Amino acid sequence: MSAEKAKKTVPYTVPIGPVHPALKEPVMFTFGMEGEIVRTVDFAPGQTHRGIEWMGMRRNPVQIVHLTDRICGICGIVHSLSFARAVEQIAEIEVPERADYIRTILHELERIQSHLLWAGVAAHELGFDSLFYLAWRVREQSMDLIENLTGNRVNYGIVQIGGVRRDISDEQRALVEKGLDYYQGLLDQMATLFLKDSTILMRCRGHGILSGDDARLLCTVGPTARASGLNMDVRQDYPYCAYGDLDVKAILPPPETGGPQGDVYDRIIVRLLEVGQSIGIIRQCLGQLPAGEILWEPKMAKLLSVLKKAEGEGIGRVEAPRGECMHYVKMAGKEAPDSWKVKASSYSNLMSWIPMLQGEQLADIPIIVASIDPCLSCTDRVAVTRNGQSDILTKEDLTRLSREKTRRMMQ
Amino acid sequence: MNATPYLTPQQIIDRFSARFGNGLTEAKVTERGEGTRKVKAYNLWFRIDREQLRPAIEELIAIRFPHLAVIAGNDLGTDIELLYIFSVFYGQKFGEYMVTIAIRLPKSDLTVPTITDLIPGALFSEREKQEFFGITVTGIPDGRRLFLPEDFPKGVYPWRKDETGIPPEMIKNLWEVDRPKDRPVPPIPEKAPAPEGKKEGGESP
Repeated sequence: MSAEKAKKTVPYTVPIGPVHPALKEPVMFTFGMEGEIVRTVDFAPGQTHRGIEWMGMRRNPVQIVHLTDRICGICGIVHSLSFARAVEQIAEIEVPERADYIRTILHELERIQSHLLWAGVAAHELGFDSLFYLAWRVREQSMDLIENLTGNRVNYGIVQIGGVRRDISDEQRALVEKGLDYYQGLLDQMATLFLKDSTILMRCRGHGILSGDDARLLCTVGPTARASGLNMDVRQDYPYCAYGDLDVKAILPPPETGGPQGDVYDRIIVRLLEVGQSIGIIRQCLGQLPAGEILWEPKMAKLLSVLKKAEGEGIGRVEAPRGECMHYVKMAGKEAPDSWKVKASSYSNLMSWIPMLQGEQLADIPIIVASIDPCLSCTDRVAVTRNGQSDILTKEDLTRLSREKTRRMMQ
Repeated sequence: MNATPYLTPQQIIDRFSARFGNGLTEAKVTERGEGTRKVKAYNLWFRIDREQLRPAIEELIAIRFPHLAVIAGNDLGTDIELLYIFSVFYGQKFGEYMVTIAIRLPKSDLTVPTITDLIPGALFSEREKQEFFGITVTGIPDGRRLFLPEDFPKGVYPWRKDETGIPPEMIKNLWEVDRPKDRPVPPIPEKAPAPEGKKEGGESP
């Protein structure tokens, strides 16, 4: 066979990106296709690397807290919480109990908000736009609550080293309770819409399978790992904030739906059930909210002088909506930390795309890619602009393909 | 995956000291309790000789297959320290520990064997350490760049604190950016430029 001829045989290489095929975030995919079937998968993240860790190593910890708020636009609290917890361990700062509870409440409100956002994106990828609008409309309630409690819809700015910056008043408490009742009533409806719908079942059941062993070997975290049957949840395994006082169990796909199969459908189930779990956790936290201070040291100069003297290393770890988020910090008695490493949850999850996508059809790519709820701003942390290439499939093309497949299946 | 019973932090340390002896330069446990009940969470820290990295990870796998969170690193001047941060015993209520295995590499010999054959999920972190610290991971199945752009200069490693770190000419400070020249004059006079000596971001620590 001549070289010319060899080029035209399978597998064809289909580049997709750097505009993300599912979410509005950039990553470059290269697929080796054989007809409609994906044979090989390769991807290159790093399209939104901003060098945040480098910036952090030249700033003091209080400044970094505000920097961590901006690592991700969806997970507004997990990075600042992880970082603050690492620094608190190094400086031996005792966080007031009330602050631990307020951190937990916001952490869970964020989970509700993030999972609903994801549910909307997933519905949109499948072409189920009425469900997309519904999910995003009900998400607004949690955004309003977060705004009421922190003053911001995104980049909350609530976490400070040694506690939180705003207290929850009695009026706010009543508002949160009202918001939780609203979600409680909606849960059944959302579950019916997602889980009883035959189109969603057809498109998601048995697609994008990640086996339990693959999930373990690839160090997958969060709902993606749990959908594959891994019993892991930082809130259950490794107590922090108020979770040591609560009884949180990792949510695995229940036996009623056939137990963990590790497909897209299981990842939907896990996230929906987690919204219900979060409502329970917030209720429990409000019920036993301890009185007292919310900051270890309100005077900034004093806090900074303590942090300047701190020496040692610490790990702050929390269960973000997408899985484990971890910060490693090393301080050496200087203003700026000696070393800072951010490990976002998607950092651990991206590699699971390879086994999930192999053997699937081109039109299934968007929903499978979206099913791990990737967050690339977190994972990449130098923006580059390159000339667009004509043979690149845009997100719109792919979404169109995905929707056409749904329509074909419905006929 | 295997049936080693649940171990306490001290038992894990004992197992490591028995196996590695003098190869283990430091072993400690730190704990932290939060909330009202202050339920403790434990972190284990091991500092070992570089030759013992793979045996140490194999030992950890023999205890229970760990979850690799990330490989972190420190530039210590003459050496680079790599910290392999794991967690073991997930699934055990409040019983998971973070286990950090740290090795030191002198800057004259920055090579480390890959661990992707033991834990395939380590690939991302190993690729990242290659580009950010200029370390060579021997036997890495895929040694391409990961996060940095393709046109990033060679021989510059962002997290190094020596001459191979980010040079000052690569840094653009936002406060130094002037007003675009093609705009009409603002109605209110502009503020005086930033005072001399004020440096943000561009300083080496």
